[in-house]
Amino acid sequence: MADPRVPALPRRHLLAVADLSRDDVERILGTARSLAGSLDREMKKLPTLRGRTVVNLFYEASTRTLASFELAAKRLSADTMSIRSSGSSVDKGESLKDTALTIAAYEPDVIVVRHPSIGAPHLVARFTQAHVVNAGDGKHQHPTQALLDLYAMQEALGRLEGLHVAIVGDVLHSRVARSLVQALSLVGARSTLVGPPTLIPPGIDALGCEVSTDIDAIADADVVYALRMQRERMEPGESFVPSLREYTALYGISPERVRPGQLVMHPGPMNRGIEIDPRVADSDAALVVDQVRAGLVVRMAVLYDLLTVAPAPARVEAAALA
Amino acid sequence: MMLVCRNGQGDSLELEGRVVAPAQGIDEGLRIAVEAGVIVRIEPGSADGPFVAPAFVDPHVHLRTPGREDEETLATGTAAAAAGGYCALLAIPNTEPVVDSAAVLGSLVDRARHEAVVPTGFMAAITKGQRGDELTEMAELAAEGAAAFTDDGRPVESAGILRRALRYGSLTGLPLALHCEEPALSRGGHVHEGAVSAELGLGAYPSLAESVMVERDLGLAALEERRVHVMHVSAKESVEALEAALARETAVTAEVTPHHLVLTDEAVRSLDPNLKMNPPLRAADDRESLRDALRRGTISCIATDHAPHARQEKDVPFEEAPFGVTGLETAFAALYTHLVLPGVVPLETVLERLSSGPARAFGLEEPRIEVGARANLAVLDLDAEWRVTEDGFRSRSVNSWLLGETLRGRVTRTIADGREVFAA
Repeated sequence: MADPRVPALPRRHLLAVADLSRDDVERILGTARSLAGSLDREMKKLPTLRGRTVVNLFYEASTRTLASFELAAKRLSADTMSIRSSGSSVDKGESLKDTALTIAAYEPDVIVVRHPSIGAPHLVARFTQAHVVNAGDGKHQHPTQALLDLYAMQEALGRLEGLHVAIVGDVLHSRVARSLVQALSLVGARSTLVGPPTLIPPGIDALGCEVSTDIDAIADADVVYALRMQRERMEPGESFVPSLREYTALYGISPERVRPGQLVMHPGPMNRGIEIDPRVADSDAALVVDQVRAGLVVRMAVLYDLLTVAPAPARVEAAALA
Repeated sequence: MMLVCRNGQGDSLELEGRVVAPAQGIDEGLRIAVEAGVIVRIEPGSADGPFVAPAFVDPHVHLRTPGREDEETLATGTAAAAAGGYCALLAIPNTEPVVDSAAVLGSLVDRARHEAVVPTGFMAAITKGQRGDELTEMAELAAEGAAAFTDDGRPVESAGILRRALRYGSLTGLPLALHCEEPALSRGGHVHEGAVSAELGLGAYPSLAESVMVERDLGLAALEERRVHVMHVSAKESVEALEAALARETAVTAEVTPHHLVLTDEAVRSLDPNLKMNPPLRAADDRESLRDALRRGTISCIATDHAPHARQEKDVPFEEAPFGVTGLETAFAALYTHLVLPGVVPLETVLERLSSGPARAFGLEEPRIEVGARANLAVLDLDAEWRVTEDGFRSRSVNSWLLGETLRGRVTRTIADGREVFAA
């Protein structure tokens, strides 16, 4: 099954960007590009993962991540099913471990996990034989988002090496920011985190990024990446910022703050008028829709990579021999 | 105060080997004869035999009884202590119900007389239900045999209430053992605040959440001229506060756990729930400061903070897991492997801080190797290599921070209060 032209991937999971080497990232982005080409040219569906099963286990609301993983699996001819926490046995109090064991009994090849708690995909990886993809665990990691962001940047700007990306907003609560900073540094790009001091976690500069509390720091960036601002951060007892109004005044990405030639990205869902001005969101500088499109091919590439490049689980080999 | 365990006769036995009792200045080949639980004869012997030391005293053990006997019972917890070389332990009162009345304490003492393998003392709560607002009946609890007072598991949040507890508690002569944590700074925190928490996105629990409370509590202890014991010190700023207080001659003792002496927050990157505890693992310079304080004696006690948790409670994502790890059965080997063998802390210091140090801090009889003393001895095989596995524990819980690790040094026999309570 494995393609002999591609070097073996030593990882069986994609739990964090730290699981990837630069080679891994470039190979996955390369696969995504050729998948995009073949989808455009030929047909919407490839037979590559016929007979494989991909289970999406989602404990948090999601539109684009879940939809794109489902569609990615289908476009590669894998069987896929999605289990959401509401309407499943999770509603009856089933633990994540038991849900994982239940799903594992169907012998899926890949389990894609989204969960509000840090470490949930790691738990699923511990108790199943499947390849596990982290589709977002709390404030920790969202590695496929980082990969699709790299893909969208590369498509738009033709390169990644040497790019400067300013990531603006609620870094403290953002798995997107954490994943993206690591992914950018892996491919030789630079990042600057910009936001109010209360939403920048102490110690984050250890990731190898610059940190600023001044929105002017976005001026020399090639890409301005706005993070979603969550309303609950203003609630009494939390009070990370005094008001959304003041946040927008200080850090909102407005047309005045975007320099000609700069690109603007956002992981969605957007709060128009809060972290991003609608005029910016709808402008040609915005890559938001390109990011969504990139999500599909990059997630196809990730599934392809795990299932055809990585060593397959032993029981799959045994089944193939039988 | 009293320590209780199952009634029974003292054993008669002989031990010969290299005997090391740092508090007494002993390090030589000796033959020790014990009759009916009492050391009756000590004479020169071969140093080639096993390694014999005064048995250990753990001032910080969660026995989970009453209420969570599925996690630990007096029988299993003290059996684990016996296997760890302990001859005495102090149990923490954050049970269900909390040990905050003479009735609960009395029933525990009665149970210990039937179930405890190793002499056990029970601490009582400082405040009713450990809620931090009303003092317990400290005089009655002391009369019923309380070993000390603590609200461990949570801090005494109000400085005013702690001051009252220090003043009123003077009636008992018992120390207050303090869990120092400023909840306004630790709330939502899972791991030490620093590069690791920032990278993992986990809620941060800064060193200052501990040290600011250590400073407050030591200030109150000095004001009221009362003896206090600072539990599970984790931060270098807390060590500095302890040193400043000792320089002012405040009567304070302090403890540190094996896991804080061995690990740093880098270990948490694995997101293994068995590396989640309160206070959290801190940075390398904190660990260095703790090791230094242990060597100098600023911290005179090693305490395991043995905190058993049911499997289903730890088999969850890191962020959802409760704080706490077990430690009774691995303490000596962990310290020997990670501190003594690499030359970080001398063996004599580790043995003293595991035995005489905690005994003195809580006014317990120090385990001594002398004629006429009750035999409290730990026999150690320093060359033994063993792997920490789930099925190797006597504790009812397996949430060890050392699972899967291979350790050097092993307790092979424990004599507690004159009785052989463990033999490998």
